[in-house]
Amino acid sequence: MVGEALLEVRGLTLRFGGITALGGVDLTIAEGETLAVIGPNGSGKTSLFNCVTGLYKPTSGAITLQGESLLGLSPDRVTARGVARTFQNLRLFLHMTVLDNLMLGRHLHFRKNLLAAALRLRGEEIRHRAKVEELIEFLDLEAWRDSRVAGCSYGVQKRVELGRALATEPRLLLLDEPVSGLTAEEKEEVSYWINEVRGRFGVTVLLVEHDLRVASRLSQRMVVLDRGLKLTEGTPEEVQRHPGVIRAYLGDQ
Amino acid sequence: MDLVETYGEELRFARKPLARTLLILLLVALALLPWWGPRGWLTRASLVWLFAVGVIGQNLLIGYAGQISFGQAGFLAVGAYTFGHLRIAGIPFPLALAGAGAAAGLAGWLVGFPSLRLKGPYLAIATLGFGTATYQIFANVEWLSGGRAGLAIPALQPPFGLVRDTWVYLLYYAIFLLFTGTAYNLVSSYLGRALVAVRDSDIAAESMGVSLSRTKLLAFAISSFYTGVSGALMAQYLGHLEPQAFNISESMNFFVAVIVGGLASVEGSIFGAAFVVLVPALLGGFRWAVPVLFGSAILSVLILEPLGLAGLWLKTRLYFRLWPFR
Repeated sequence: MVGEALLEVRGLTLRFGGITALGGVDLTIAEGETLAVIGPNGSGKTSLFNCVTGLYKPTSGAITLQGESLLGLSPDRVTARGVARTFQNLRLFLHMTVLDNLMLGRHLHFRKNLLAAALRLRGEEIRHRAKVEELIEFLDLEAWRDSRVAGCSYGVQKRVELGRALATEPRLLLLDEPVSGLTAEEKEEVSYWINEVRGRFGVTVLLVEHDLRVASRLSQRMVVLDRGLKLTEGTPEEVQRHPGVIRAYLGDQ
Repeated sequence: MDLVETYGEELRFARKPLARTLLILLLVALALLPWWGPRGWLTRASLVWLFAVGVIGQNLLIGYAGQISFGQAGFLAVGAYTFGHLRIAGIPFPLALAGAGAAAGLAGWLVGFPSLRLKGPYLAIATLGFGTATYQIFANVEWLSGGRAGLAIPALQPPFGLVRDTWVYLLYYAIFLLFTGTAYNLVSSYLGRALVAVRDSDIAAESMGVSLSRTKLLAFAISSFYTGVSGALMAQYLGHLEPQAFNISESMNFFVAVIVGGLASVEGSIFGAAFVVLVPALLGGFRWAVPVLFGSAILSVLILEPLGLAGLWLKTRLYFRLWPFR
């Protein structure tokens, strides 16, 4: 199941003036694996995501997806290479319906023809609609299909974000705190979906999560960041026993 | 029973039979206006059609793509003068119209570049600069604007023995329908979705594979193409071009039309165009009150009905859909 390296991050450094958000982080994620990145607030988890997806330009270091560098690509190009993400504080298109949000995830795969659009030739639209309907079914979103996202509950919005990322047909899915702010029951559901995503769509998952129980359950390996540095990595059990991790989370005894 | 059976059916324009029938009746009635309406209405209605094309263009940019532009008068002027010079050179009307649109579209594409770095009020200032600069150029470069005498544009020769007013009305109505239909098709396509995505959250749009630069530049180009065509129609309508027609207050007129009509709505743009054309006409002798009225209209829209006239229209339709059960 776990194959060769899909994403490799080498010596990733990101500085904002005098602040070092990331100080030489190394990370490898194998095809088909689920890797969790954990760490206290401000330890650089989201900065890592932003570097991989092209929103931030790292100061130095290398990021490669299957041997090809992602550095210097704009976010839409990175997505075209097969990297999709969700956001910690949801960034949905609030004035669109759930359906349109998911359809936008297909934007990348549309054959774009302005003339056809102007003449209302909608073959492409219908083709992609079928794909989106599969996702709607998978994520149980039928009841909200035509609702505006702004009017949906937080749990539904989280699901729409997951669906929108999946609609791009990624090879690597970056999930930024997928269960934060959800009820215990919803956490169960989302964990189930994340597991299903791996099996059903064959997606490799890189996950940032504060809920250690969920993170340990979903991931095969964990990487711990603290103040922009990699503290340790290993299986969830190893990581939880690591003295540095206990110190970072609980402080000195 | 309203049952949609295919995805394609759902994408149809005015899907329900009743809406379709009413729409066709309205369009036919408007096409026959020269034969049932008073003469005075014709020229005014032509003015609404030509304005509507420009307002739709502006709305594509401000309402859909969320890029604020105060430089519409600049694109209007580029369209109008390109059209004027082409017509004087003897180019036929349709080609001159396309040329005017293309020239303004190109200008819009260029002006779009600052939008890749600037947002909100900063972009508004940059486009305001473009509008003012264009006005100054046309006001001061004589070979462009025809100097003190202005630019006289050859009048249209009506075919089939039609009266000129009737012919102009029908022609403008047809052009308006063409551009409105295209706008409806564009905003409901992948492009419209990308525009709204860029407006709602540019970071998310980019992360979902929408090229920000391409989408924004395209929005500027299409919007100014519409505005350029509107300027050309205005030039033909006036028959005489002076730079004064393209100062900042013209940009404001478009802005008022978009806000009062309703952001991100094609039919709203048409309502807005009708508002800015017909209200001053209704005021008659009280022309000085127009800016006051426009100002208070914007204020009341922002406070009472942020979706503008299009919002009112939507609520009316919703009311009758549920009627008599409310």
